[in-house]
Amino acid sequence: MPHDGHDHDDHSELSPIALRVKALESLLVEKGYVDPAALDVLIDTYETKIGPRNGAKVVAKAWTDPAYAKWLKDDATAAIESLGYTGRQGEHMVALFNTPETHNMVVCTLCSCYPWPVLGLPPVWYKSPPYRSRAVIDPRGVLAEFGVALPEKTKVSVWDSTAEIRYLVVPMRPANTNGLSEEELAGLVNRDSMIGTRLAGHVA
Amino acid sequence: MMGFGPVRPEINEPVFHEDWERRVLGLTLAMDACGLWNIDILRHTRECFPAQIYWSVPYYDLRIEAHIKAMLARGLVTEAEILAGQMQVPPKPVKAVLKPEKVRPLLARGSPYIRDAASLPVFKTGDRVKVRNLHVPGHTRLPGYLRGAAGEIVRYHKAHVFPDTHAHGEGENPQHLYTLRFKARDVFGVNNDDDLQADLFEPYLEAR
Repeated sequence: MPHDGHDHDDHSELSPIALRVKALESLLVEKGYVDPAALDVLIDTYETKIGPRNGAKVVAKAWTDPAYAKWLKDDATAAIESLGYTGRQGEHMVALFNTPETHNMVVCTLCSCYPWPVLGLPPVWYKSPPYRSRAVIDPRGVLAEFGVALPEKTKVSVWDSTAEIRYLVVPMRPANTNGLSEEELAGLVNRDSMIGTRLAGHVA
Repeated sequence: MMGFGPVRPEINEPVFHEDWERRVLGLTLAMDACGLWNIDILRHTRECFPAQIYWSVPYYDLRIEAHIKAMLARGLVTEAEILAGQMQVPPKPVKAVLKPEKVRPLLARGSPYIRDAASLPVFKTGDRVKVRNLHVPGHTRLPGYLRGAAGEIVRYHKAHVFPDTHAHGEGENPQHLYTLRFKARDVFGVNNDDDLQADLFEPYLEAR
């Protein structure tokens, strides 16, 4: 292929959308609307700094500290903020406590609302039409797809995040975990258990 | 709406599947900080794509196209400029450009939605209410499956920015917000004791 004289990358491996985004980024930076250094911080924040480990710490603290659990129940926004987790898409928090009687599950049927400060960015399945449509009408069918079968006596309680209230499910503490530290307990709290599509991990 | 098939969770799903997705996250958040639109406007922009596009296009593709649509509508960029990847007309003034040292404080502050309301709340916890049969032509946060449903107020959240007007540049117009509890058997006719909750604004509700 003849060289056309100006410097450019070989774009043959980039998909159309990747090319479009690359062109858009150049343009927005050139226009002065976007600062490239700010872009780096934004991406790094959600790729490495804010994620489900935050929510797991909230849950582990609730499991080990009854006063914190009560605070989380009465004012989840403040209780979560006290651990340093605040802000965008988590301004108004409510904690939902799973019990043997009630299993909570969260969805946003209208788009993909999700508690970013405690769970980071939502997974693809949460934002996709199958979950958005079926979580409300067939939560037990959805749980089965995650490999979860609840006891007969447990009812499912689905919460549709239709406004700016954001929900954090506090899964039940697994059995045989009395000797574990708060940090070890946090390690048992998987992301899906804080959305309500799985249970917290079990100690063998 | 049904017929979308099974939920397919990916084991150990990465935060981003492609590099362009992480660029989209950064670009969209950075453009939001320019102060030219609000989250309700963006949600409505996304909803206005043709249905077959809205329901089939993956998340990050739709996310960037909605932002592009919002930028084009405001003359911030032109499609020709996007195709060229180069500025062809002078930039439009924006309210702010996000600087790197402001990113963490901005994200940590978020944008709380509680506002003072013009009137006192009509309902209170324990009230039995009905969802009105509203078919809003523009943006709304009333899910269709709850129209006409009978429920109980289980929580009051004070007054929040009202998306139905905010999405159309018609002001924050704060409305009282409640969590309603419904029985799945009443909404979907299923034979179990499951509950269903949704957060609904006062204009969507009536006493029963």
